[in-house]
Amino acid sequence: MTSPLSRLDLNLVTLILGAAILWFVPVGMKSYGIYVISFWLVMSIAAMGLNLTLGYAGLKSLAQAAFLGIGAYATALITAKGGVLGPVWSWPLAFVVSGALTFAAGVVLGFPALRVKFHYLAFVTLAFATVMFLIFRNEQWLTGGVYGFPNIPRPTLFGVKLNNDLAFFRFLLMVTLVLSLAMWWLLRSPWGRAFMALRENPLRAASLGVNLRTYTLLAFAIGAGYGGFAGALYAPMVEFIDPAPFAISASFVLLLTVVVGGQGYFLGPFLGAAFSYVLPEVLRVTGGYYLLVYAALVLALLLVSPQGLIGIVEQIRELRRQKTAQAMRDASKVMLEAGR
Amino acid sequence: MNMPVKPPRGATMLRVENLSKHFGGIRAVDGVSFEVNEGEILGIIGPNGCGKSTLFNCILGQLQPTDGRVSLDGEDITGLFPADLNRRGVSRTFQLLQVFPNLAVRENLILAGQEHVGSMMGRLFGPRDAGLGAAAERMIGFFNLGHLAESKAGGLSYGQQKLLDAAMAFMAGPRLVLLDEPAGGVNLTMLAALKERLHAINRDEGATFVVIEHNMEFVMSLCDRVVVMAEGKVLATGTPDEIRADPAVIEAYLGH
Amino acid sequence: MDQFLQLVLAGLATGSIYALAAIGFTLVWQTSQTINFAQGEFVMLPAILVLAAVKFLHLPLPAAVLLATGAFLLLFGFGFKRFLVDPMLRHGVLPLAIATMALSILMKEGAKDGFSAEAQQFPSLVPDGAVTLLGATLSLRDIAIFGVAVVAIVALQLFVTRTRTGRMMQATAQNPSVATILGIPTERMILLTFLINAGLAVLASFLISPVYLAKFSNGEVIGTAAFIAAIVGGFNQVRGALVGGFVVGLVDNLAAAYVSSAYRAAVPLVLLVLVILFKPEGLLGRKEERTV
Repeated sequence: MTSPLSRLDLNLVTLILGAAILWFVPVGMKSYGIYVISFWLVMSIAAMGLNLTLGYAGLKSLAQAAFLGIGAYATALITAKGGVLGPVWSWPLAFVVSGALTFAAGVVLGFPALRVKFHYLAFVTLAFATVMFLIFRNEQWLTGGVYGFPNIPRPTLFGVKLNNDLAFFRFLLMVTLVLSLAMWWLLRSPWGRAFMALRENPLRAASLGVNLRTYTLLAFAIGAGYGGFAGALYAPMVEFIDPAPFAISASFVLLLTVVVGGQGYFLGPFLGAAFSYVLPEVLRVTGGYYLLVYAALVLALLLVSPQGLIGIVEQIRELRRQKTAQAMRDASKVMLEAGR
Repeated sequence: MNMPVKPPRGATMLRVENLSKHFGGIRAVDGVSFEVNEGEILGIIGPNGCGKSTLFNCILGQLQPTDGRVSLDGEDITGLFPADLNRRGVSRTFQLLQVFPNLAVRENLILAGQEHVGSMMGRLFGPRDAGLGAAAERMIGFFNLGHLAESKAGGLSYGQQKLLDAAMAFMAGPRLVLLDEPAGGVNLTMLAALKERLHAINRDEGATFVVIEHNMEFVMSLCDRVVVMAEGKVLATGTPDEIRADPAVIEAYLGH
Repeated sequence: MDQFLQLVLAGLATGSIYALAAIGFTLVWQTSQTINFAQGEFVMLPAILVLAAVKFLHLPLPAAVLLATGAFLLLFGFGFKRFLVDPMLRHGVLPLAIATMALSILMKEGAKDGFSAEAQQFPSLVPDGAVTLLGATLSLRDIAIFGVAVVAIVALQLFVTRTRTGRMMQATAQNPSVATILGIPTERMILLTFLINAGLAVLASFLISPVYLAKFSNGEVIGTAAFIAAIVGGFNQVRGALVGGFVVGLVDNLAAAYVSSAYRAAVPLVLLVLVILFKPEGLLGRKEERTV
């Protein structure tokens, strides 16, 4: 059985190759198709954040969609109507502010994580997500409430406003790549090891000098920050936001995404997001039953592989390894017999 | 890890004075005093329920003592948290195995030492193994875990996990290691290997050990001195031979 | 004042449905670490099954009720445990919880596509009348719901405290590993809790559907309320689930009248937030020990 950490280099190759391939995939696609894969990338970033908090550090967070919302509304407010810093610099500012705000929120939210245990943490994040949703929905003067926030502009890159969907997708792809590389680096560093220690054995970790408080707060805050970054990309992508995508149910879908993709595996979020956000669209062709089919698929997948989609890959590897080991044992048996 | 100037071998390193731990009316540890000298292997034995584990947990900051004092090189460390003790060069193994099951053996070892290397930010931007690759290899070699280095720790056999557990305690180059029932559940072959390795580390690195154990034979053949406990109190202290001849000990251990 | 009494009774009535659902939810969580996100759909489905039996199998109502109850207990009591919970439990709480999420969608869509997307009438044993008490007009149906639920809960309580099987089940719920050591057939007891959960869901379904009509989407509200009730009451306590259910029901109904409709849906959620912030172990829960 190989450990998760040694596999991260294969992940790097997949990441870069994948980005290269994805650059060309949407050429010739209709705008709906480009929208779907753009959506997939944005949600992968949010799922990556949750995967860090939940999959690697083992902290039960139900607030990821709320962080997405904070990033989205912050971006909308900063970039709308010409933007606080004008058409070119407003979005970069919004991107940074979204990340910083949600990072700070993650630190604040992380504190109860230090005092309470197990599922209580899930409740605290649930409460936070509820409050945020209520603010999004009721504070009409700020967010537009249920009427939404319209006319969110696309960013301007090198003098070109990214109104073209394909251009925006490529921009999105590059940002996703950068964020993914940063996450890859984080997870393979000693910090990544310390995060996993939180999940694997906090007692032993503490006695080995791992500062549980610091790493817990970091796992929460960075995970939340990625949610904020995703929100900063989501707002200009759809150009109109309302509270619905940031409700509690959305946090549960992100939870499902991380688990179905494979929690604690680097590429899990990408697979999970494809499963949660692309697959239902693909299934629409089956007509009105698509949600039923989707739910059945989720159920079947989890029964077969509770470790998610990447878990299936792992199981195949493990089977192969066992077969090789068995073959070697048989071979040596034969040799022993022959030697007699 | 920054090691302080080493006092001469044989000097008192750990001093436990009048340590007590009461749980309501129960005196689990009652006025226990002993010393651990630099470079020695001290054993603590006693029948079940005599307070050995509670004593350990009090020294190691897992429990707050009700009374008494623990000092390391003269510095009062009573009640300090495990992480703080770790920073002062005190390390421990656990009775119930405490490894990181889904991480590889090598990763377990690096994790055991990494928090002592440089600063947090330094570690984020530094090498993947925090510079501990060589040290981990040495440990792997020393404890004969070579063929298992890439395997998940949770998949190892019980005896192998015990070896890993001990190896992890040594990764940070500690001066004092407290071993909690290291022989528990280990088969005879592995036990001999463990004993031999512990002797070797003590000899070569000058690490000081305190060992709690049930296994009398293990303790008697491994330790320089032994503290015998019964009902929360110290019954006798001395070399294995002295202990074997002590009438109070013989009485407490009738049949053991 | 009279309106207040009416609201209180209505609140107690819906509260008792939430309590039934929350009790089952908590029982299942206690014995087998299962967070059943499909609990709301568990309450929705039995009524639909009865109506389906009447429509497609042309059975008379009593036979349909019996068939639906039996089928539901078999599928979502025994079947749920045997084919979903047991295989998945080894891999942790979260994958199983997600699986129940998927199950809830399956049940909801199944009811919608398999039976009907429209709300359907469900027959009631209690006539649609009212009684006047202390100047307030109290719906007979609400009184009936409250009464039957209370009887069921009392019966469950007696079962758990007075019968041998019940005591064994309670022991299993409070500490499964110790129960096994004591020689209690924990597997059977766990199955029993799943069956009881299914039974409570069936009862809740038959009580609520005459009033609110049988619709595939009924599960959403009830599921959320049951979840909140269980948390508010203290996730680990059946007594808490009971109290939590009534509290949520009362708060919800009173809010509907005294709070503007924009904020109405928020009130149970705000209650949840307040409880979590000030008493995270729930109203009746015990503070769990913190380790070093």
